[in-house]
Amino acid sequence: MNPKHLFLVSAASALLFSAAIMAADPYASTYQRIPAPPTVIENATILTGTGERLDSASILFADGAVQAVGESVESVRLDYEEIEVVDAQGRWVTPGLIDVHSHLGVYPSPGMVAHSDGNEATAPATPNVWAEHSLWPQDPGFTHALAGGVTSMQLLPGSANLFGGRTVTVKNLPRNSYQAMKFPGAPHGLKMACGENPKRVYGTGKGVTPGTRMGNVAGYRDQWAKAQKYIHDWQQYDELVEAGDTTAKEPERNLGLDTLAGVLTGDIKIHMHCYRADEMLLILDVAKEFGYSVGTFHHGVETYKIADELAEAGVCAAIWSDWWGFKMEAYDGILENVAMTDIPEGSCAIVHSDSSQLIQRLNIEAGKAMTSGRRMGLDITPEHAIRWITYNPAKSLGIEDQTGALEPGKMADVVIWSGNPFSVYTLADRVYLDGAAVYDRFDPALQPVSDFELGQSLEVSP
Amino acid sequence: MNRLTRIAIAVAVTAPLSLSAQTLFIDDATVHTMLDSAPMENADILIVDGVITAVDYGLEIPADAELIEAEGRPVTPGFFAGISALGIVEVSLEAATVDNQLILAETPIADKLRPEFNVALAFNPASSLIPITRVEGYNWTVLHAQREGNIIGGQGRPAMLGGHYDSLIGDPVLFIDVGSDASEESFGSRAAQWMLLSQAVDESESTIEWTPDPLLTPAGRKAMKLFTGSSASSVTVFHVHRASDILQVLAFSEEHGFNPIIFGGSEAWKVADQLAQADVPVLIDPLANLPADFDQLGARLDAASILHQAGVRIGILNTGNGTHNARDIRFRAGIAVAHGLPWQAALEGVTIRPAQMFGVDHHTGTIEANQRANIVIWSGDPLDVTSVADLVILDGEPDSMVTRQTLLRDRYSAPEGELPRGYIKP
Repeated sequence: MNPKHLFLVSAASALLFSAAIMAADPYASTYQRIPAPPTVIENATILTGTGERLDSASILFADGAVQAVGESVESVRLDYEEIEVVDAQGRWVTPGLIDVHSHLGVYPSPGMVAHSDGNEATAPATPNVWAEHSLWPQDPGFTHALAGGVTSMQLLPGSANLFGGRTVTVKNLPRNSYQAMKFPGAPHGLKMACGENPKRVYGTGKGVTPGTRMGNVAGYRDQWAKAQKYIHDWQQYDELVEAGDTTAKEPERNLGLDTLAGVLTGDIKIHMHCYRADEMLLILDVAKEFGYSVGTFHHGVETYKIADELAEAGVCAAIWSDWWGFKMEAYDGILENVAMTDIPEGSCAIVHSDSSQLIQRLNIEAGKAMTSGRRMGLDITPEHAIRWITYNPAKSLGIEDQTGALEPGKMADVVIWSGNPFSVYTLADRVYLDGAAVYDRFDPALQPVSDFELGQSLEVSP
Repeated sequence: MNRLTRIAIAVAVTAPLSLSAQTLFIDDATVHTMLDSAPMENADILIVDGVITAVDYGLEIPADAELIEAEGRPVTPGFFAGISALGIVEVSLEAATVDNQLILAETPIADKLRPEFNVALAFNPASSLIPITRVEGYNWTVLHAQREGNIIGGQGRPAMLGGHYDSLIGDPVLFIDVGSDASEESFGSRAAQWMLLSQAVDESESTIEWTPDPLLTPAGRKAMKLFTGSSASSVTVFHVHRASDILQVLAFSEEHGFNPIIFGGSEAWKVADQLAQADVPVLIDPLANLPADFDQLGARLDAASILHQAGVRIGILNTGNGTHNARDIRFRAGIAVAHGLPWQAALEGVTIRPAQMFGVDHHTGTIEANQRANIVIWSGDPLDVTSVADLVILDGEPDSMVTRQTLLRDRYSAPEGELPRGYIKP
């Protein structure tokens, strides 16, 4: 059977199949928002994340959600007898920032041997592992990222493997368990990797496949073919059971193929580490061959070379403002990468961190990218650039209906900045998560400290 | 900005003809001379044959001068590109392009201390990284001999980023690593680092043959002497974070006559008074605020500010990816400002302070008469992400501002013709 045909069949009967093996997440989110009073922030310059900028404007949120933004605030606030008023004169308000690429919790601080939980580098295909099962919620990086205005993030396995495992999206509220941080309803992701890392770790490092880029591609295709067969076997089983066959033998459950099947049925989003333009175009063809969608390329330092192709394929590009050169596949990185990738209609450029330092200042990273774009003559406004670190990453993660923009009904994930967020001197003054203030630069009571950092270097008398 | 770019290109084209006697006149600039805390507003700079001859108000424009109109924009000395591997590493993961470290991981400890290893000998001024860094406003760096299985990294040296074969300036610099990073190379304990270093110094000071196992080769003994003793003028950069280890560096340096600079220094703020008293400077990365390991539990965003307040001389650099992204240093200086460091101190931290620390302030770090003309004209605040370097001048020569990266940008932003992009050579 033609593989494409097989996919169409599998997609059509995805429901039954999903019911069998894509059962409810056994490690479901237990996230609870913190109760908070209705709040209105007034006199702010608001970048909504939808592409708009509102000057001297207000935003109102209650019950965890944005209720009104801009002119409608005046009438909506009449619905609330008591409301907390925050004067943001001279300050800017944006959606909470979203980092689509972080290893907080899986490669935490301090970076001890015992904490190295991000790469299951024991086989090139480990779609069976889940980053969340490595996640240490006491990583001090979370609270520092919060001070930088980051309210949601995706935590991924590393890039040693062709298939690195499932990713997890969390809300950035320090808790005792990752389940309590897990973003409610966010789809799972699958981390994949192109290029140098897998072939170096396996071929050069261990003398096993993949040792070349062609070995990488064979490795992907081999797994996708298995996943197609897996879906087919379950469909056949479902059909027999449905027809009343009580002797039908249930296929053997395979955790890795569960993940890959979830990609083929569209339930799990691909997040693929891929630097070079030619490799990204090749991966788009592999995706066509097996009937899945790539989702997002991460680290693509060469996405500027194929901005049109990526926009046309509906693939997001999660990239740095200025990293380059640390390996051959990063040699062609340029400062204008974000701005040029952003040009085509339908593009989805994202500024990501991949760093426990940069996640603390995604706004500044986006500011650098904006300035580089302006230097080459592109007209990039703050209300547009903010989308690189809010709406676009939300879209990449499949949570854009819940967060990533300040619109009625969306989560009240909000940052008040001391000024224009695209200046190096600007700091997050206050951060709201689902309408609750969870960080305040001037209020020590709203500055969380991880268990690890608590009580280090105590002095006899302070 | 367009106008300035045009001038820059024009100058670059005619430069070969006029190299022997080139006169540049920068008109109407906000000049940060670094000699005074306030800039000179609406000032002019005259440059003849690569040297600044005058910085003043209302200077007369010589007839043969190339005119650069700054239109009030900030003008600073070229910035310090940190302790880096610029010119000694091209692609970090490609061993054939990496010359900044002596790999001694499998070598017995007795053979590991090689202070005679000198990375300046590998410096390649034609590296693509040099213009890529330079056009963002940086004109010099200190070449880093990096530890790889060796608590003594070896020697580096300050280098100008003009892309010339005679780029090296100043004296050699010795690099030593202490703390948990280096404990594998010292019998598993940081205490043994002092044991080994003391023996190395003793060997270098001794005229007798050390038996049975000397740590240093004869060349190593000679090299070590450049950095120790009361007459030593060369500086030694100690990469160290933990406060107690920093105090050991001070004591060890005092005992053996090293001129130390603290590099990294996440916990230096805890011993700021001792550093100020010993007049030992600190090179710090303002982004390093996480407890990355147990030596850095005290890391904090306002460390630079605390050190400055205590009177410690500080320089600012990038310890994260300080070679390929040395160009990020000015933003790190800006981030230190956001966390309390006075703006002027941050600007000094990327110009005159490091130049003084490495003894090259007669090459770079100030804008004054008789100084080499290494100057940057900025579009705005040089420490903010909203600004760019509009024009870089190196030894009186305006930079074409073209790099491998700007060419890639121009190739891929040009309209595509019938022929593939490989035919577009901007």
